[in-house]
Amino acid sequence: MTATQISESTGHGDTTRRAAARTAALTGPARRPRRTGRWAAWAFIAPVAIYLIVFYAYPLYRNLDLSLRDYTVRSFIDGNAPFVWFSNYVSVLQDATFWPALANTATFTLVSIVFQYSIGMALAVFFFQRFPLSATLRALFLVPWLLPLLVSASAWSWMLNSDSGIVNAVLGAVGVGPVNWLTSPQWSLVSVLIANIWIGIPFNLVILYSGLQNISTDIYEAASIDGANAWQKFWRITFPLLRPVSAITILLGLVYTLKVFDIIWIMTRGGPGSSSTTFAIWSYRLGFGSALPDLSPAAAVGNLLILIALILGLIYIRAQRRLEV
Amino acid sequence: MKTRRSWWITLIGVVLTAVMLFPIYWMVNVSLTPQSDMRKSPPDLFPLQPTFEGYQKVLSDQLPYLGTSLVIGIGTVVLTLVLSAPAAFALAKLRPRGGNVLSFVLLIAQMIPGIIMAMGFYAIYLNLGILNTIPGLILADSTIAVPFGVLIFTAFMRGIPDELMAAARIDGASTWRTFRSIVLPVSRNSMVTVSLFAFLWSWSDFIFASTLNSAGTAQPITIGIYRYIGNNNQEWNAIMATAVVASIPAAVLLVLAQRYVAAGVTAGAVKD
Repeated sequence: MTATQISESTGHGDTTRRAAARTAALTGPARRPRRTGRWAAWAFIAPVAIYLIVFYAYPLYRNLDLSLRDYTVRSFIDGNAPFVWFSNYVSVLQDATFWPALANTATFTLVSIVFQYSIGMALAVFFFQRFPLSATLRALFLVPWLLPLLVSASAWSWMLNSDSGIVNAVLGAVGVGPVNWLTSPQWSLVSVLIANIWIGIPFNLVILYSGLQNISTDIYEAASIDGANAWQKFWRITFPLLRPVSAITILLGLVYTLKVFDIIWIMTRGGPGSSSTTFAIWSYRLGFGSALPDLSPAAAVGNLLILIALILGLIYIRAQRRLEV
Repeated sequence: MKTRRSWWITLIGVVLTAVMLFPIYWMVNVSLTPQSDMRKSPPDLFPLQPTFEGYQKVLSDQLPYLGTSLVIGIGTVVLTLVLSAPAAFALAKLRPRGGNVLSFVLLIAQMIPGIIMAMGFYAIYLNLGILNTIPGLILADSTIAVPFGVLIFTAFMRGIPDELMAAARIDGASTWRTFRSIVLPVSRNSMVTVSLFAFLWSWSDFIFASTLNSAGTAQPITIGIYRYIGNNNQEWNAIMATAVVASIPAAVLLVLAQRYVAAGVTAGAVKD
């Protein structure tokens, strides 16, 4: 559906007949409403337009403003914050946390995506076999995604507890020594990755499953007649035909994973040290982690994050326009 | 033979689901474990001597938090519906010039990380003096749901036949009347989907709650759990019991409205 909106807004890109037919079917006859109708339309839109300006654009502007000034708690009271150009950004870039945070953000995002996507894909193909109970089990798979992130993170914290966690108990039973999942620098990032992958699987499963539903069964029947086995069918038919859906799933996953905050903050607070600190965590820790909020550098880190998200977002929209027909 | 094979697959499916849901089972199990067995090694796999002391703690400590979350959730749902349904109607059916720009902005808006919004809101709320208030949190939480709401409603309302609206116009109905008496009742399903997600997201929100309402008198349940983890690191049955209670809305929604949930995930593949 979003693809339809985009293709309309640009008016090019979708040249295939199917897309044109779908757009036409969804929008109906493209008749410009009369002048009064146009005023009515804007009257209906005005609340959201104002809302977007006041509650999106203005906070973003304030955030930019924060990052270009030297704000202290005092500044909010007396209204004085000197304009310091990019010195907050410079000090953030020179901070010892910058490179670890960048590396952690990249690792966390990429590893999450790879596992969420491949496990989600395997499960989608598995559930697509339509066996008894498959619909019910598929619905149950959604539960981790619907739970408050804080709840999932707390559950994982206790499961991964060094002394009393079930994970170490199971590992101990097979003779592997206790792992300090949350408290050692080598394992903290792995721990939050495990929890995040677990949370992301349902989303990938559902989107990819809906993609599978749109592949015509005729193709599979033809392939069966030609003697293709299940493995060949997946790599030669399913995977190539799912490319548009896969692209969207992965790019949404990227944008979503960059934002992840709750899970890491609850499980490790980005520590020990900065071993599991991502940009989102770093920004929060600077801004709200201590008694005295240091909002200016926090806003600078946040704006770096938004820059990355924006670039990925634009890639997403381009990919969606090009691929989803 | 065919059925025999499919039962095997069902068995594998059940095992996979069990593995996936194990952390949730474990949460319930720990919530029922007596404090004396909490540090037992290896831990008990089943709550053989279930205790409800964790849940009693929840009742005595967490009820105000749950109430606040309920109020915030309902407030967010109402605000989201009131803002997004009319806008979607205009985008889908009245199609004003510039409407596409708005759709585009809404798409981008969903990609902004929460921490950035939180900092902007913090600066604004500090000046306005609405930090640590419920309305402030409702406004902030609604930013997660409004863009999603507009996109879902637009997608649905596009499918409403133009003839239906032309008929209303011929009968002399104003645009507002058409929207209220025809479009809204027909869109009931998408209203359920949008409400479900708006409620769930505001109920689950932690980042806005912890930044914009860290010192208020009325705080949501996510802060309740967070406080528990911070304060009494030892009483994990109480922490897990709170977590179980905080999961109830998600479970209820899934049971009562499963098809709406699936519709929301796929149709609005733009969730944060």
